[in-house]
Amino acid sequence: MAILEFNGLSKFFGGVKAVDGFSYYVPEGNLNAIIGPNGAGKTTIFNLITGVYAPTDGDITFHGESLIGKKAHEIASIGIARTFQNIRLFPEFSVLDNVRTAAHQRADYSVLEGLFPTRRRKKQEQELTDYAYKLLELVDLADRAKELSKNLPYGHQRRLEIARALALEPKLLLLDEPAAGMNPDETADLMEFIQQIKEKFNLTILLIEHHMEVVMGLCDDIVVIDFGKTISRGTPDEVQSDPLVIEAYLGVGEDEA
Amino acid sequence: MSGYYSGIIILTCINLLAVLGLSLLTGFTGSFCFGQAGFMAVGAYVSTLLTMNYAAPFPLALFAGGLAGLLVSIPLGYPTLRLKGDYFAIATLGFAEAMRLIIENLEKITGGSRGIPGIPTHTNLPLILVVTFFFVWLVRNYVSSRHGRNCVAVREDELAAEAIAVDTFRYKQISFAINGFLGGLSGAFLAHYVGFIQPSMFGIPQSTQLIVMVIFGGMHSITGAVLAAIILTALPEVLRAADAWRLVAYGAVVVLIMIIRPEGLLGSWELSKDSLQDLWSKLQARLNQYKEQRLAKAKE
Repeated sequence: MAILEFNGLSKFFGGVKAVDGFSYYVPEGNLNAIIGPNGAGKTTIFNLITGVYAPTDGDITFHGESLIGKKAHEIASIGIARTFQNIRLFPEFSVLDNVRTAAHQRADYSVLEGLFPTRRRKKQEQELTDYAYKLLELVDLADRAKELSKNLPYGHQRRLEIARALALEPKLLLLDEPAAGMNPDETADLMEFIQQIKEKFNLTILLIEHHMEVVMGLCDDIVVIDFGKTISRGTPDEVQSDPLVIEAYLGVGEDEA
Repeated sequence: MSGYYSGIIILTCINLLAVLGLSLLTGFTGSFCFGQAGFMAVGAYVSTLLTMNYAAPFPLALFAGGLAGLLVSIPLGYPTLRLKGDYFAIATLGFAEAMRLIIENLEKITGGSRGIPGIPTHTNLPLILVVTFFFVWLVRNYVSSRHGRNCVAVREDELAAEAIAVDTFRYKQISFAINGFLGGLSGAFLAHYVGFIQPSMFGIPQSTQLIVMVIFGGMHSITGAVLAAIILTALPEVLRAADAWRLVAYGAVVVLIMIIRPEGLLGSWELSKDSLQDLWSKLQARLNQYKEQRLAKAKE
């Protein structure tokens, strides 16, 4: 069954058709990718899923329930976590607090209890901390837990952002160009890591990638968009040999066109 | 204790209560509020009218003053907390000025611009000290809770906070409400300390002074807010020696601190058992280092 489904989704900014009639579905447990050249509308699709933008037209459903009209934090709390293309951590927070803040499932003491040091609060805070450390160990950042996240090197910040998203205990994880700014070796490591967390946390993953090679060996299904329109979809092999995709990426010489 | 010194301490506590709310709202939650004097005015007038017209007991009048500030913050926050940064600051500035003008024009109830004289001076040192300590303790607990972390997440990156399921608007509302309560409470204490209130006491200079205290002490530190309230309330008194140059010197001190330490006196340092232990161990390490150097020199 599809965990995420798009139905004729469109988003226009004035005259710019950032996303134009996008229809697609992601079956539960899959690792799918949206790829396309710069400015194709990939991130706009993520922003539409997560409620940052309201679509001009069309529908998105998660487990059969429409996401349209829901606020961003509501969408996050029903199990859709994301990372950002240009990493958005809480810079003045410690590495630990970045993860703890997202782990809402592990603590539910009220605002009133926040004012007093009750025993229940203390216990839940301890659970939060333990849980956050577990996630940090997974991304190899436990030994830097007390550092401010803005002081981490770039690659670590990327991993921390993924750890923070996982702390939400999501069903669906959206990764926006997770390999941006990484060299081929780092990219290969990252892809292996993504595969691992997918198994470990029973996730469905939808990722955006600019470079096609990165996702080829990894994804179950790929959709290619260009200028807001879907130009191809299928298995990595099918997509790779699609002339429309080659054209979008390499362009066509004047005499050929 | 002589009346002069206890007076300074009471004024410090009055400022501190107002600064505490601002520190939570502006420092921790990131909503820049330029209208704290408006909440103080609401608290001052509500509590005064209660004690003078209805002979309400002082604790009740204090609580009512705080509650009035909180109640005003709800309809004010609902449309304005959605505004971004500067626009929210301007909206709160407008609110405080509007409050002042409303009070000035409700002459029958508030005495207009001539104010209300002869308020019973119920505010005393032990009471205000206990109340202030209690609220510092509450706010300290709050900012170190998961809700406090959510507030800081809102300040740091609103989009990212929403993406990890933080209801950013709600947390801004809560901070604004707590700020309104503390502002109102501060105003109620002020009215019952000075014994006289008039609208001009709650103008832009008062709001500005309070926000300066928050920035001066360190935006991300309750300890800093407390320290700043103490220093900046006492400073004009200490500077009495400079006579006519008093306010110039006051301004110069603030400018100097902002140049030397733009993050404020304490930045995000917070007084706690852990941070003191941390400081102590650093000091010892420094001391040991020094001893070893001396020893090495002595051997030579």
